[in-house]
Parts: sequence; structure tokens; C-alpha cells
Amino acid sequence: MSIIKFLSAYAVPAMFLVILCTGLYKNVKIYDIFIEGAKEGITTVVRIMPVLVGLLVAVGVFRASGALDLLIYATKPLASLVGIPAEAMPLVLMRPISGSASLAIVSDILKVHGPDSFVGRVVSTMMGSTETIFYTLSVYFGSVGIKNIRYTLIAALIADTISIVVSVWICALVFGR
Amino acid sequence: MLNYIWLGMIVIGFVVGIINGRIEAVTQAAIDSAGKAVELCIALLGIMCMWTGLMSVAEKSGLIQYIAKIVRPVLRFLFPDVPKRHAAMGAIVMNLVANMLGLGNAATPLGLKAMAELQKLNPRKDTATDSMSMFLVLNTSALQLIPASVIAIRAAANSANPAEIIGTVWVASICATIGGIVAAKLLAAFYKAGL
Repeated sequence: MSIIKFLSAYAVPAMFLVILCTGLYKNVKIYDIFIEGAKEGITTVVRIMPVLVGLLVAVGVFRASGALDLLIYATKPLASLVGIPAEAMPLVLMRPISGSASLAIVSDILKVHGPDSFVGRVVSTMMGSTETIFYTLSVYFGSVGIKNIRYTLIAALIADTISIVVSVWICALVFGR
Repeated sequence: MLNYIWLGMIVIGFVVGIINGRIEAVTQAAIDSAGKAVELCIALLGIMCMWTGLMSVAEKSGLIQYIAKIVRPVLRFLFPDVPKRHAAMGAIVMNLVANMLGLGNAATPLGLKAMAELQKLNPRKDTATDSMSMFLVLNTSALQLIPASVIAIRAAANSANPAEIIGTVWVASICATIGGIVAAKLLAAFYKAGL
């Protein structure tokens, strides 16, 4: 574990040093090129700003209205069919939409049921193994102006579903119910 | 598809808000969220410029091409329509590595750079290519070696062993990534066949 912690801490400094030293070695005008490349960052952020506004407004409206709570309530029977604990359903539905809200949900579940309970371990595993799909797809596709995303959302949701089901299964196997 | 989901979320949100008598809170949420989106962009701006700047140095000095060469066999399978020495390969690799290390601040700029490079290869500028879909499926299902935020909130909730979920996270992530790759490949074939 300490090796991975070490890697995480030194990854960024190492990237800087390796990239800049390679540039120097290859006789690249590193500073000029850095500035030139940094300009690209501004264009990208300006392009994703409207996408983010649209996305966050929709998520905000959906949550504040109580529509999300309704959806969670409606899908509970389906969840128990697959073996997903009912308490984990808010996370399952929120996870693809909002990362910060999901973290808040996990934190709440851990407080209520305890971090070392079965549900606590399941939601921790789900949180760690899934991503905010809607956010990522909107921002990434929005940054280059793609309108027709074809099957990307379906494939990403399939992967998401697999990690949810496997999370329940592997926690039962490793820690017991 | 995003069009309908977006519309659905807003329309359902407002209708449910009216029924629940929460319409003022809903309006406020819409206005606050719009402001938050711009704040997020401003927070992103500096880091974004830093990484795109650093990446262009890495590109010009041939470092990215070198890294891409090492992992080429895997990339050839996942992204068959990206040319061998294209800058997209390098950006994709760097993004996935940053993701694995949990460097969210680095991953997003690198990922957006990868999308920009993939877009250069795209013959239909408003439609996603197979490579873009594959890249995003990998990006959203990819393994994070240390799920730092989850471990932190488990510790905050007084877990006896906050990091014990690392192993289960790995298993779930790896299954999701494999499933995602298979799904993306199969769907790509279906779409090509016009189904």
C-alpha cells in the first residue's frame, strides 16, 4: 500500500521533471511551447462552460424538486430483485449524475448504518469503482462539439451496472453479509 | 440522447416541484447551479492551462510518442482507427494513467486534450467515433488504485479499517472495465451493421 501512496504523491512532480528535462535534452524551447500550449486550456474551458451550466441546472432542478427521491422509491423493488440493498439505491441512481452529491449520500449511509456494516462496505465499494458518467460524457463530448454520442451512454451504463452488481457480490463474498 | 435526458430531467423536475409545493426551492436550485457551474470553470481554468502547457512540451519533445509506443499493442486493439503515431494515443494514455493514480486535476485536462485530438480524426464533426466511445467507456469505468475520497469518509465515520475496501473496489472496477470494453466493441459492430 505504501508503494501506491508514494506513487500518488510523487506522480505530479515526476511528470513535471521528466517532461521538462526531456524537452531540454531534445532542444525544445520548453517555456515558449508551454505558454503556447497553455493557451489551448483557455479555449477548452470556455467551450465546456455552457455545457456545465446546462448540466448542473438540470441536476439541481431534478434534486431540489424531490423527483430524484421519487425515482429512488420507485426502483427499490427492482433493486431487491438483483440483491442490491434498498439503502444503497439512492447512491446507485445519484452516482452517474453527481460526484459530490454521491459522496454526501455515502457519508450519510456510513453514519446511519456504520462503515463496517454490509451496506456500508457495499456503498463504499460502489463509490470507489464507479464514475459520474453524465458529467464526464457531457463535458468531454461538449468540449469538442459532438451532438450525436451514439452508443457511448449505453456502454458506459452497462459498465456502471456491472460494477454495482459486482460490488454487492464481492462484498458478500469477502466480508460476509 | 443527451437531449432527451436533459429535457426529461428539467421538465420532470419542475412538474414534481409544482406538485410537491417546492417550486421556489427548485427555481433557486436552478439559479444557484448556474452560478456554481461558472465557479467550477474558473477553478478549472488555471490547472487546465498548466496541464495543456506541460502536455505540449511532452508532445514536442517526443515523450508522448515514446510512451504510446510502449503500450501500442493494447491501444491498437482498443482504438483501431487512430494512426500509430497520432497525438491522440499519447493523450489517451496519459489520461488513463492520471485516472488510475487518482489525479483528478490532471486527468480532466488530459482527457479533454485526448478528445480534441480524436476530433481531428473525426470525419463527421457532430458524431462520436468508435474511438471516442471506447475512450469514454474506459475513462468512466477505469480502476482507481487508491479510492482516496471514499477511504477518507470511512475514516471520518470511525471505520475499524477504512482502507479494507480497496480490494473489493479493484475487483468491481476491473469487471466493469472488461464489461465496458466488450459492450463498446459489440455496440460498435451493431451500429456499423446499421442495427
